[in-house]
Amino acid sequence: MNFTDITFILQLTVATATPIALGSYAGLFSERSGVVNIAIEGMMLMAAMMGAFVSGYTQSLFWGVVAGMLSAAMMAAIHAVVSIRFKTDQIISGMVINLLAAGFTGHIYQIYLVPPRWPGSAGTFPELPIPFLKDIPFLGKILFQHQPIVYTMIILTFVIHYVLFYTPWGLRMRAVGEHPEAADTLGINVYFTRYANVIIGGMLAGLAGIWLSLEWVGTFNINMTGGRGYIALAALIFGRWTPFGAFGAALLFGLANAVQVYTQTLVPEIPAEFLQMMPYVLTIIVAAVRRPIPPAAVGQPYEKE
Amino acid sequence: MSTTPVLEARGLTKRFPGVIANDSVDLTLNKGEILAMLGENGAGKTTLMNMLYGLYHPDEGEILVNGKAVKMDSPNDAIAAGIGMVHQHFMLIPVMTVAENIMLGVEETRGVLAKLPMLGRLNRRAAAVRIKELSKQYSLDLDPDDYIKDLPVGIQQRAEIIKALYRNADILILDEPTAVLTPQEADELFAIMHNLTKQGVSIIFITHKLKEVLKVADRIAVLRNGKMVGTALPADATQASLAEMMVGREVILQVDKSEATPGDVVLDVKDLVVKTNRGQIAVENVSFEVRAGEILGIAGVQGNGQSELAEGLTGLRPIESGHIQLSDRDSTHFLPRQVTEMGVAHIPEDREKHGLIMAYSIADNLVLNRYYQPPFAKGPVLNQEVIDQNGRELVAEYDVRTPSIYTTAGSLSGGNKQKVIVAREFSRPVKLLIANQPTRGVDVGSIEFIHNQIISQRDSGVAVLLVSAELDEILSLADRVAVMFDGRIVKTLPIAEATRERVGLLMAGSET
Ligand SMILES: Nc1ncnc2c1ncn2[C@@H]1O[C@H](COP(=O)(O)OP(=O)(O)OP(=O)(O)O)[C@@H](O)[C@H]1O
Ligand SMILES: [Mg+2]
Repeated sequence: MNFTDITFILQLTVATATPIALGSYAGLFSERSGVVNIAIEGMMLMAAMMGAFVSGYTQSLFWGVVAGMLSAAMMAAIHAVVSIRFKTDQIISGMVINLLAAGFTGHIYQIYLVPPRWPGSAGTFPELPIPFLKDIPFLGKILFQHQPIVYTMIILTFVIHYVLFYTPWGLRMRAVGEHPEAADTLGINVYFTRYANVIIGGMLAGLAGIWLSLEWVGTFNINMTGGRGYIALAALIFGRWTPFGAFGAALLFGLANAVQVYTQTLVPEIPAEFLQMMPYVLTIIVAAVRRPIPPAAVGQPYEKE
Repeated sequence: MSTTPVLEARGLTKRFPGVIANDSVDLTLNKGEILAMLGENGAGKTTLMNMLYGLYHPDEGEILVNGKAVKMDSPNDAIAAGIGMVHQHFMLIPVMTVAENIMLGVEETRGVLAKLPMLGRLNRRAAAVRIKELSKQYSLDLDPDDYIKDLPVGIQQRAEIIKALYRNADILILDEPTAVLTPQEADELFAIMHNLTKQGVSIIFITHKLKEVLKVADRIAVLRNGKMVGTALPADATQASLAEMMVGREVILQVDKSEATPGDVVLDVKDLVVKTNRGQIAVENVSFEVRAGEILGIAGVQGNGQSELAEGLTGLRPIESGHIQLSDRDSTHFLPRQVTEMGVAHIPEDREKHGLIMAYSIADNLVLNRYYQPPFAKGPVLNQEVIDQNGRELVAEYDVRTPSIYTTAGSLSGGNKQKVIVAREFSRPVKLLIANQPTRGVDVGSIEFIHNQIISQRDSGVAVLLVSAELDEILSLADRVAVMFDGRIVKTLPIAEATRERVGLLMAGSET
């Protein structure tokens, strides 16, 4: 392994960390406001499919992004209504959404995303190296030679940190996730806060899915998320429900992924599954060493009167 | 004090499934007065306040603020009308700071994004300044940067009061504010309340402690079974007359008990050491014994190790060192169930955390200590019929005010939750009773009942360990008084020598 290899691995790390980080931000919005969301996987998958589908038929990546994010937001809205309004068990609701997404995307794929109907992929987002910054030795290539969703993810990390800890929106969102009764007695609309944040989370999960189909692969494949939605949840827990924590965890998991891609070609003796399970193993170890404390009211429907 | 009404309730009615919690209630609060609200557990005090604060919507009736009818759809309307409420169970977020809790919902922002709704930068400094101003103006000492979870309840309560004042409340509702306070903290609260009324704030103050009512109230309103039975002035009232008004019969406030006849040692504690959650020593080399047929009272200002001692004795908290002997067995490291099966009844301090399962029915809660034994279980299967029958009997016997035995424990009023626990713990024969704050939040009628139960347990040969922050309770029930200070038992006195002054000094750590 030489210097170029390391640069390559780290660049790949940042890129493959993107859907995981975005997925965990999706979970963050939902869980910080008190709604458990294991449906990130399904939302990502739906967005990946809708993104590919719409961009293929319109031959426009832009409309692909819009459709992808909207479709994921809609699934989030379903999860929100079922969890908040009908007070169904949130794990079950999430599970149902995941199954629904898997079935639905597979079905549409077989009809519309294969020949003869399929008009062909609209391609992927181009790489947008950032002038000057890209020339910084080592770091330039790792951080500043990427496609747009990667940059969006990095910027979002800072934005979400700001929103969560420095704005009234974030304060209310955390309050509702910790102690909804207390928020209610101060005139904060618990239901609105939860709906809004779950749906915002859905849009972020959508962006994570779009990364897969429109930035990474350029087309949709059956079950192309391959568990990234769950790894995103692991990153959220690992990162203790904070954006920078989740970002760091996503990078770590992205690194495992990048190393796996790399070793597959060079050292095929190491089984790929070994590195693939790293995120889960690490999360369990970290959780055992220092118990992560979720928002106090997460998973509990709020009942007025 | 004037007689300008600032807040009026007219014909407020609120029904819950199976109960009329408030039945056409009229109430008037005048400017600058302290109006005390009395009523039995479940009389509907909290319900009434929740309607005035916009949390519950009345089925009938109207609310007037400064003479004008106001529609209270949500707490926002109440806050806008200048009403603030400190709830029976605090509404504070433990993992947030005092300032964050206070500014929540009325945040000020600054910075370039301040024009955007809710996305400007929180102006923490402005909030802190305002909080410090308020805390100075009303002598409510408080640090805005402290985390709620690190503060004692007395200080948390100040945060609650400032939270209301921060919203410019000039009408303050305090729902049982003294239930969780030490006597000193309660006195501080009364000083604060007087300070507030002097500056034009009007206060509704709910309590079960008649002594406090006579001490601080300007006027007293009494609620019984959801109906307003009348008002009284403290000058014309006595504890006995108020108790009678509340309960509708004469209440004997004095406990009537005969001399104890102690038998064998039931509980023998030697050099016990127990730590707090944070690993500090809470109970330091404590030794004592309790005999059958006597009541040992543990007096002490809250936070001097009594809670940890009770938790250690009942298996809820690990024992660091020392020995506990229960009758003839070493029970030092027993699990809670083993302790229970040894014949120990436990009334825990925190009824919501250790006493009840909020989402379970009353009937199920009433068998938590033996649901797995016959007749409540046949092998691995519960016998719901027997459990329900047991529930019906105990609810009747202990006068738990509930629409049915299937109601969840969580929807009971505070004092009725306590009665469910007492009923469960007294409903089977035991050797030892560990009662920690057994009458916290309980009305006078029920206190009388619970006290009589404790005495009759003693008389039937049960050893009783009574932990209470109420000195009156200790002095009227105990046969011997052990005073805890700073994790140690500083002195054990026979009741004849335990004068109020002497015990008070010992509790303050100034005599040995
Ligand atoms: N959310 C609710 N759902 C159903 N019943 C309720 C609810 N809140 C109160 N109740 C019932 O209304 C009645 C009045 O309760 P409330 O809490 O107002 O009593 P309280 O006077 O405050 O008693 P305490 O002194 O024990 O706090 C009780 O019978 C109670 O069980
Ligand atoms: Mg109450």
